[in-house]
Amino acid sequence: MAVMSYADAAKLAVAEAMRDDPTVWCVGEDLGRGGVFKQYTGLVEEFGPQRISDAPISEAAIMGAAFGAAMAGTRPIVEMRFADFALCATDELVNQIAKARFMFGGQSRAPMVIRKPMGMWRSSAAQHSQSLESWYAHIPGLVVCCPATPQDNYSMMKAAIACDDPVVYLEHKNIWAHEGEVDTTKAVEFGKAALRRSGQHVTLVSWSHTANLCVEAADTLARQGVEAEVIDLRSLWPWDKAAVFDSVRKTGRLLVAHEAVSVAGFGAEVVATVAQNIPMKTLPKRLGSPRGLIAYAPNLEDQMRVTAPMIAKAAQDMMENEPA
Amino acid sequence: MNLSNFDQDAGLRRLHMMERIRAFEETARRAAIDEELVLGAIHLSIGQEAVATGIIENLRRDDYILSTHRGHGHTLAKGAQADAMMKELLGREGGCCGGKGGSMHIADFGVRMLGANGVVGANITIAAGAAHGIKLLGGDQIVVCFFGDGASNRGPFLEGVNWAGVFQLPILFVCEDNQYSASTLTSDMTSGNIADRARALGLRTTEADGNDVTALAATAAEITARIRETGTPEFLMAKTYRISGHTYFDPATYRPEGEAERMKATTCPIARLRETLSETGVSTDELDGLAQEARAEMDRALDAARDAPWPADETAFADVQDIGSPLQEAF
Ligand SMILES: Cc1ncc(C[n+]2csc(CCOP(=O)(O)OP(=O)(O)O)c2C)c(N)n1
Ligand SMILES: [Mg+2]
Repeated sequence: MAVMSYADAAKLAVAEAMRDDPTVWCVGEDLGRGGVFKQYTGLVEEFGPQRISDAPISEAAIMGAAFGAAMAGTRPIVEMRFADFALCATDELVNQIAKARFMFGGQSRAPMVIRKPMGMWRSSAAQHSQSLESWYAHIPGLVVCCPATPQDNYSMMKAAIACDDPVVYLEHKNIWAHEGEVDTTKAVEFGKAALRRSGQHVTLVSWSHTANLCVEAADTLARQGVEAEVIDLRSLWPWDKAAVFDSVRKTGRLLVAHEAVSVAGFGAEVVATVAQNIPMKTLPKRLGSPRGLIAYAPNLEDQMRVTAPMIAKAAQDMMENEPA
Repeated sequence: MNLSNFDQDAGLRRLHMMERIRAFEETARRAAIDEELVLGAIHLSIGQEAVATGIIENLRRDDYILSTHRGHGHTLAKGAQADAMMKELLGREGGCCGGKGGSMHIADFGVRMLGANGVVGANITIAAGAAHGIKLLGGDQIVVCFFGDGASNRGPFLEGVNWAGVFQLPILFVCEDNQYSASTLTSDMTSGNIADRARALGLRTTEADGNDVTALAATAAEITARIRETGTPEFLMAKTYRISGHTYFDPATYRPEGEAERMKATTCPIARLRETLSETGVSTDELDGLAQEARAEMDRALDAARDAPWPADETAFADVQDIGSPLQEAF
């Protein structure tokens, strides 16, 4: 088992898949120089500029052309650079890629991985910081995943490349350098959550980098005598309802935490689904960003942030406010 | 026209194809208006049949085309079966897309027709991508992308045409200029000239009379051969005219009075080819026979479609995705 960064784990998965299958290729701006986050460094040397393809600053064409190439028999990995810029290719993703197989009565597939680096990154402000995963979870036809660890960024990238459905692959920009052990024999299935920590008092559900913050919060809680169970969903569509239900049956308490705006966020979906199915000891809670915009100045930016202490505090409150 | 080397057999073939397209659309219009069998809006290409016919006859079965909301002609010309298309317009089982797409999403991957599109201009980047796929896989096919004059005002036009130029892809972009974008005269909303945009992007660009199927077929033969040979994208501006309304129920009252009648009398590609064929000695009976044959084919297609059942209810959830399919979980 090797220790590697979140960025390198995905790169290894891409390289292995490209060695195995000559129809896999990557396309996006600046990939020939390694990509803006260096998540493609070295790949052009091995695979050449056709398969690690630079692209004009044409997000709609990157997405649309990759889709056309997918229908013509290739398996593209599309790099959108920042999740924010992927909005320039919304028609291509939502109206074309997600719907083609259905609209054409099953005649076509779009086996594509659409990489959209997401999330807050110090002082990147409102157009380079967003977490829009709930938008994509809302669109039938798309698989949506948000890996939080190097292991998952390896295993889920492998699964995404192998998948015949279009996969919206949201990597968190703040954790490119995070290191962890990666077992290349370990497979991850979409729709199977990771149990990041066991506990019997409260269930913390999260994904992407906020799942890591939940683990941190759980450590704090443990020192206060509260054992939190941390479930990292890893994929939002499909999402592991069974794992969440089982955990909430045990703990009777549910807190969902995510970096995205709380209003109409995916946390609402999780809370509503659990509330419809599982009786709980306390009211469930979701913790997300206020419905405000992400600013440049750190003191303003921080007001939109969900932190580990906030998660611990929210969980602690749920323990204390328990009805008699 | 110099008729001394006119290819009469090719002329008859083209006439038959254009009559089939026209008969398909007139039958569909009748089915929509008289019987209310066609459920959604359909966009007819009456008057534009020469573009689909003259260009697509130069393609191989394994070449690709992508089309627009006005795509019946392209689809038929590429080789799709009329009865499967008619069933699709009626939303029935056995339609090209199983009744899930209708006219605006008609597609037949069996003849490599990769879809009409309900979003104007969206097919341009996708078509460039299909050509990109061909190049990556080392194939010798080419792609033809049809789009309207109005589509050239959307961003994907710039992005898609530039893409093809940058990557040197085997694709022919065909702007089918029927002068209108729905109810708007396209020139009122277009700065400069569309063909100049393609030239500015570095594509070899040809402007052609899109209503003269004989000349257009010859021009397209040269262009498609060159694209196959060099793998270099080109642009073809085919000037035509939409004789019917934007949709089958559009009376097109926004057009200057008499324009459609005058254009129909002077530009209709079917009438023009019939005239040429007459001059080369084909009898009126024979010409009429081709039209009758086409109408009979489309009547049979409509009969088959009328008799076809609705798609099975459970197909509503099929073919969305494998992972997280709504067949397994939709809530
Ligand atoms: C992005 C988008 N905007 C608007 C429409 C509505 N619409 C459908 S067809 C059309 C006119 C298109 O004109 P043109 O590209 O010249 O094609 P034509 O209809 O003449 O064949 C419009 C505006 C649409 N379908 N998609
Ligand atoms: Mg037009």
